[in-house]
Amino acid sequence: MGEAAQPFVDLRGVSLVYGQGDEQILAVESLDIQIAKGEFVAVVGPSGCGKSTLMKLVTGLLPPSAGAVFVGGDRVSKPIRGVGMAFQNSILMPWRTTLDNVMLPLEIVEPYKRELRRERAKYIARAEQLLASVGLGGFGARFPWQLSGGMQQRANLCRSIIHEPGLLMLDEPFGALDAFTREELWAIMQQLWLDKRFTAVLVTHDLREAVYLADTVYVMSKRPGRVILRKQVDLPRPRTLEMTFEPGFVEIVHELREMIVEVRLS
Amino acid sequence: MNASNRQMQILMPWLVTVAMFLVWEVACRLFNVPQFILPAPSKIIGAMSEYPVPIMQNALQTLFTTVIGFVLAIAAGLLLGLAVGASTLVYNGLYPLLIAFNSIPKVALVPVFVIWFGIGTVPAILTAFIISFFPILVNVATGLATIEPEMRDVLRSLGASKLEVLTKAGIPRSLPYLFASLKIAITLAFVGSVISETVAANDGIGHLMLTASSRFDVPLVFAGLVVVAAMGVALYAICAAFERRMTRWAFRGSELISGG
Ligand SMILES: Nc1ncnc2c1ncn2[C@@H]1O[C@H](COP(=O)(O)OP(=O)(O)O)[C@@H](O)[C@H]1O
Ligand SMILES: [Mg+2]
Repeated sequence: MGEAAQPFVDLRGVSLVYGQGDEQILAVESLDIQIAKGEFVAVVGPSGCGKSTLMKLVTGLLPPSAGAVFVGGDRVSKPIRGVGMAFQNSILMPWRTTLDNVMLPLEIVEPYKRELRRERAKYIARAEQLLASVGLGGFGARFPWQLSGGMQQRANLCRSIIHEPGLLMLDEPFGALDAFTREELWAIMQQLWLDKRFTAVLVTHDLREAVYLADTVYVMSKRPGRVILRKQVDLPRPRTLEMTFEPGFVEIVHELREMIVEVRLS
Repeated sequence: MNASNRQMQILMPWLVTVAMFLVWEVACRLFNVPQFILPAPSKIIGAMSEYPVPIMQNALQTLFTTVIGFVLAIAAGLLLGLAVGASTLVYNGLYPLLIAFNSIPKVALVPVFVIWFGIGTVPAILTAFIISFFPILVNVATGLATIEPEMRDVLRSLGASKLEVLTKAGIPRSLPYLFASLKIAITLAFVGSVISETVAANDGIGHLMLTASSRFDVPLVFAGLVVVAAMGVALYAICAAFERRMTRWAFRGSELISGG
């Protein structure tokens, strides 16, 4: 699509080395990834191949050992602001109610932070609406530890997008959930993305999940992680669970799967 | 938990305490234990009713020095704990010194305080402070260090400043640790002030006990002990109640869920 235009996220020859001296670990090597604005990208690969490292590189939480990362045209040299993030363990703050957890980014990210005092009622309404859209209407006053794992993860997703970030980073956010809940959340995630059209990077080890959600799937090799396949998924949206059993979908999953099996054996 | 079970939970400590005093009383009478070795509870109560005013005055003095020392310890422990927990530079710089400092027996410091400040209230406050400050500091620092790295990442990629990471995640996370340490610290503070009063003071329960023992008034010595213990339990209970109130979430899963 908008490939010709300047990419929103641009990794150029990025490598990262952990540790020093004899204990150096080359985690990822010469990554070249271009992500267009509003694109949904999935990254799959064996565990320990550097997927989480990639997330930290893109968001500037880790400086690259070689190469450069650009986001929105600017070279990333420190943590970029206003990014949405969600991890496998939902790490909601247990001392805050679910609603207050979801509101957290509004207390930190501008311009919301500035407006929060004046617009509090409006923001609360917005958080409640967002919670309702993921099926958590009326649960705002509960504490996270009073919610099930799936509900916590939904609240976590709400927190990661309440401030309408330009960039959303999802590190195996559905990994710890049962299959049914997971598939439910795929649909919710897709709907949120269709509504807001943020740029999203999803790390996962579930190939169906990657193909269901992403425009582009990147397959990474064993450590040191390199991109060994870039697969465009041209299935129409909104995608449905039924589609995941249709030949076109299954074919793509199989192709990715073969690639990964090859990588693991090599 | 049903109602009678709950009542039992509340009653139990009182029952056990009363039972202990009963056994003590009976044993003293049965074996004819001399009063100057172990006075029976009835004798201790006798001593209390004989000198209510001095006991009250000295108890208030001890309470005063203890609480002042304790409050100072909270302030200093909180500040230093936050600094040590939030900055690896401060941690590396300060920790060895703090450990060295904490290995000094605090009683040994009382004579030093006396040289500096004379005998009386100030050494008692300082001893209470010094002895209760360290557990608070360590716990606050530990609480800060237990912020999940993912939580830090989320906050940092939202653009949170160091101060915001501290106020949004660090301080709430360390509150349960702080309150847990307060319960330990308050009892230690009593130890500190009473020790100091015993060595170098003209009033306070420690001083009262010392003078009583020099007159072989053993029931009065034990009356002092009982008063200190009672004050210790009372302040501990206050700290514990405060803890439950302030950090409800850390007790998740207990009876709180039904409480809403
Ligand atoms: N802070 C760190 N220090 C040293 N090695 C690390 C660190 N973080 C990750 N690694 C190593 O880098 C590799 C990639 O880690 P990670 O990006 O977490 O992989 P993934 O998310 O794909 O499972 C792993 O081998 C891991 O052991
Ligand atoms: Mg990972």
